[in-house]
Amino acid sequence: MTGQAWKRAAVQYGGLLGVVVVLLLVFGLTSDNFLRRSTMISIANQIPDLTFIAVGMTLVLICGGIDLSVGSQLALASAVLGVLMTDFRWPLWAAVPVSLFSGSLCGLWNGVVSAAFRIPSFIVTLGMLEIARGTTKVLTDSQSLYLGSSVEWFGVPLSGIPVSPAFLLAVGTVLAGQFLLTQTVFGRYCVAIGTSEETVRLSGIRSWPVLVSVFVISGILCGLAGLAQTARLSTVDPNAAVGLELAAIAACVIGGTSLMGGRGSVIGSFFGVLIIAVLQTGLAHLGVSDASKQIITGCVIVAAVFLDALRTRFRSNGA
Amino acid sequence: MNEPSALLTGRGLARCYGRVRALQHVDLDVNAGQIHALLGANGAGKSTLVRIISGLDRPSAGTMQFQGKLYAPADKRAAEAAGVQIVQQELNILPTLSVAENLMLGRFPAWAGVIRPRRLMELSRQALNRVGLTDLDPATMASEIGVGHRQLIEIAAALQRRCRLLILDEPTAALSAAEVRHLFDQLRRLKQQGTAIIYISHRLDEIRSLADRITILRDGRDVGVWNSGQLSDAELVRRMTGEAESAAGRPFVSWRQSRTALRISGLSSGPVQNVSLTVNRGERLGIAGLVGSGRTELLQALFGAETASAGRVQVEGRTSDAPFGHPAEAAAAGMGLVPEDRRHSGLLLSESIRANMTLSTLRSFSSFGMVRRTDEAAAVKRMTVQTDIRCTDTEQPVRTLSGGNQQKVVVARWLLRNSDILLFDEPTRGIDVAARRRIHDLIASLAQNGCAILMVSSDTDELLDHCDRIAVLSAGRLAAVFERPNWSREQIMQAAFSEYGARTRPSGDLCSEGDHSE
Repeated sequence: MTGQAWKRAAVQYGGLLGVVVVLLLVFGLTSDNFLRRSTMISIANQIPDLTFIAVGMTLVLICGGIDLSVGSQLALASAVLGVLMTDFRWPLWAAVPVSLFSGSLCGLWNGVVSAAFRIPSFIVTLGMLEIARGTTKVLTDSQSLYLGSSVEWFGVPLSGIPVSPAFLLAVGTVLAGQFLLTQTVFGRYCVAIGTSEETVRLSGIRSWPVLVSVFVISGILCGLAGLAQTARLSTVDPNAAVGLELAAIAACVIGGTSLMGGRGSVIGSFFGVLIIAVLQTGLAHLGVSDASKQIITGCVIVAAVFLDALRTRFRSNGA
Repeated sequence: MNEPSALLTGRGLARCYGRVRALQHVDLDVNAGQIHALLGANGAGKSTLVRIISGLDRPSAGTMQFQGKLYAPADKRAAEAAGVQIVQQELNILPTLSVAENLMLGRFPAWAGVIRPRRLMELSRQALNRVGLTDLDPATMASEIGVGHRQLIEIAAALQRRCRLLILDEPTAALSAAEVRHLFDQLRRLKQQGTAIIYISHRLDEIRSLADRITILRDGRDVGVWNSGQLSDAELVRRMTGEAESAAGRPFVSWRQSRTALRISGLSSGPVQNVSLTVNRGERLGIAGLVGSGRTELLQALFGAETASAGRVQVEGRTSDAPFGHPAEAAAAGMGLVPEDRRHSGLLLSESIRANMTLSTLRSFSSFGMVRRTDEAAAVKRMTVQTDIRCTDTEQPVRTLSGGNQQKVVVARWLLRNSDILLFDEPTRGIDVAARRRIHDLIASLAQNGCAILMVSSDTDELLDHCDRIAVLSAGRLAAVFERPNWSREQIMQAAFSEYGARTRPSGDLCSEGDHSE
């Protein structure tokens, strides 16, 4: 990166990084054993599922859509994984591609119905939220499946370095997502479609392949998130990740992605995930009740978006 | 200049948006009982100035006095409370409410929160009478009334509040000639009653007939203030543009070649019925017609943006002659459309000049799906020079450009793609005098380079000045094609009305759009 690029990155992400640092300091000062290696490791190993989903969600939001079905898609993908590995005794390496494929099918359906039939993605994915969840329950008979050590390694810190393969893959996905968004024709089309689909059409570009692709990408990432979560919990839970779509949207919005489309950043969303995770872990350390945790998290989401709005306003009025 | 009756004075007003200086050191004195015109090219800072006066924006520097007291409205509400009302270019009418509800929005006559319907109608009646809409029922849904009436309703709503200073930003853009006359009568009456009016318009004839004083802005600076009639039209234009008047009515040069570029046969789509036309390379074909005669739809159907129900479209070098099914096909065949609503369907306003310009050609600036930034930047730089786009930086969002420069960005997008058939829909609507000339020059140079050009305009003078031939649409049919110099305004007008039965003659006037000051 050139000096200018560093400067631009500092301007863009400095605020988010600042929030993460401030949260760490606040929790470090108020609780005795927060700022420890073990806490950091536990945060790092908690976030892969939400990170995968937030990357996909960012792309969908930038295109001006929304994907409400990510939590259900995650559950479905992990159910497929669990059923193949327990009932059919498939090995992990064979079950994972099928599980990711199930995610991509959900995404394909979301994308085709919303782009080709011009039905708002809010509605299409709301439908998928129910369809995928129901399918999950049919597949698992609404029972949890214990997978144990066959998947656990994916979520456990590697020897030598303190982070898990899931975390490394999640960070890799963030970088790949950011690259896709900023350096490729596909990413440029995403931003353009989210800004004005009519302008894109009248510029002689078909937008449906792009729209279908982002939903498929989101579906595959839900599959990866399902794998990460199953590995972390050693278990497939048909009721997993209920409401995760809202956490993912919150992470994206905290990271500066616009719900109106056309503006956003994958790295920003990753910071959003970090902020939510640090907050959750820190509050848990302080022994705050679940109810209060929810209230505080809600306030932080609104505050973050408020600050971002102030910042953009300040910059456009720029002194 | 501080006359005793000065209602509003501004001193040293300035406004910066980031690095863009929209306004710098502007002085303004508006007197009670006078109509004060603000003149200037697009982007000269007129709208910014009135936004500051009406509390929609705050000045970066400078002070204002209103009725002798320091005036610094925190928001629109504060300005309205002081008696400053603005009617903006974008209409703020809510189509799902009735006319009466729109008029009284925020000030509903109510008793304990329950609206008093009869009082509401009564007050609205008064408000409508005040702008002369005596036969409009206030209970009508706002969605059912025409654009011209909506403008008058906005003005009525402004007058319904305490109004010492009324600001009108291009109020006549959507009005018919009769409505304009009517509006002017009302404005003169208001003036008699002591209301001050700030009036923004591009149309010199309007300003001549209406304004007492004229302040001219250029590039955000205050050029000066004159009494109406002190300056001739030519002098006004010169002060607005800062350029010496170029030879008005320059002779038309035809660049028409003998090779056919585009052949349309029997094209039908929506209101467009059975239109056949040919356009040669280097030719500029104007398309005239009344509003609703199918001009825009014809271009959209040609470009594949609307599905054609019948007909053939032959383009040089293309094997099929089926109408295009998607703009992507038309663009691939060398066609480009510069749409009428450039802000929403021509541009990505929040994106950079660069991203807008290369939108249609990104693939040619990429390897393995990755954009080659250096090649892209070089092409953008070349096009910026070629189409003479005035900007500080190609990373600037197109939102910050003036209308004329925005239009050039859309044209540049197609030039990058080597499009040789360009469809222009109202290319100079909402664009000021100087920028208009540059757009016309650009179109002429495209023709010189062999582009075939179809140009829709509501301004017949524009077509008469800049086209080889003019096709006239009437009720979706091709009524006539005139060839230079065998044409006249009257013939075109007659053709435009020809397909409408005498009984169903529409009320729009053909030549009201745009300004005729060149």
